[in-house]
Amino acid sequence: MAAPRTRPLSPHLSIYKPTITMMMSIFHRITGAALYVGTVLLALWLVTAATNAEAFATVQWFWGSILGRLILLGYTWALVHHALGGLRHFVWDTGAGLGPERLMLSRLTLIGSLAITLGLWILGYWVR
Amino acid sequence: MTTFSSMKTPLKNVRGLGSAKSGTEHFWLQRLTALANVPLTIGFLCVVYAALGKDAAGARAVLARPFDAFIIALFVISGAIHMRLGMQVIIEDYVHGEGRKLALLALNTLFSFGIAAACVFAVLKLTFGA
Repeated sequence: MAAPRTRPLSPHLSIYKPTITMMMSIFHRITGAALYVGTVLLALWLVTAATNAEAFATVQWFWGSILGRLILLGYTWALVHHALGGLRHFVWDTGAGLGPERLMLSRLTLIGSLAITLGLWILGYWVR
Repeated sequence: MTTFSSMKTPLKNVRGLGSAKSGTEHFWLQRLTALANVPLTIGFLCVVYAALGKDAAGARAVLARPFDAFIIALFVISGAIHMRLGMQVIIEDYVHGEGRKLALLALNTLFSFGIAAACVFAVLKLTFGA
């Protein structure tokens, strides 16, 4: 099990210059993991709403606070970025988008996620 | 045995030992739930918008509307299946000890279904009252 590593290893992350296509791929996984953990927050909101009025009021107050809003802002971006990354994967699944246009797709994912997040929050403040 | 042993390839050593024991179903379910998550996320955001700026009672009233509760339930179920598959891949990529991997994969399943069950229970209770 704990045999000493005698064979050479292939180059890993640290040796490569980061590229946007690489970073967007990494972000896709990180945002996915963040959304995974964040489901606890959604469950907390729904379960307190259903079971405990006092706890629900506390949760509601927290989401309205500055820290709560910052977390929700980050969560919104993670959600949108992961969704756009997923749509990009759908493009790849058809066999398209694997040439030089990968760069454009990656940029679209990043810029699009920032723009849509901003739009969603402007809409949020507007409908409130 | 002796005559034909040279014809054997190492294939027999790996047959039935695929890393995850299955592949197509994982791939397909990941894509299917991803597709479902697109409209369901939009629906979920609509519910959130409806609850925005409302006090606790108002927000609860929004969550208790049958269609809103239905959308949230679907969103949570599809999301839980999707995130379980995604986290499974992350665990398989980074955790190499067989025992630890097995434990984390089990926890992953329990967490995903636990979260989904809690959320669905909550919206059902809100909708059906009591």
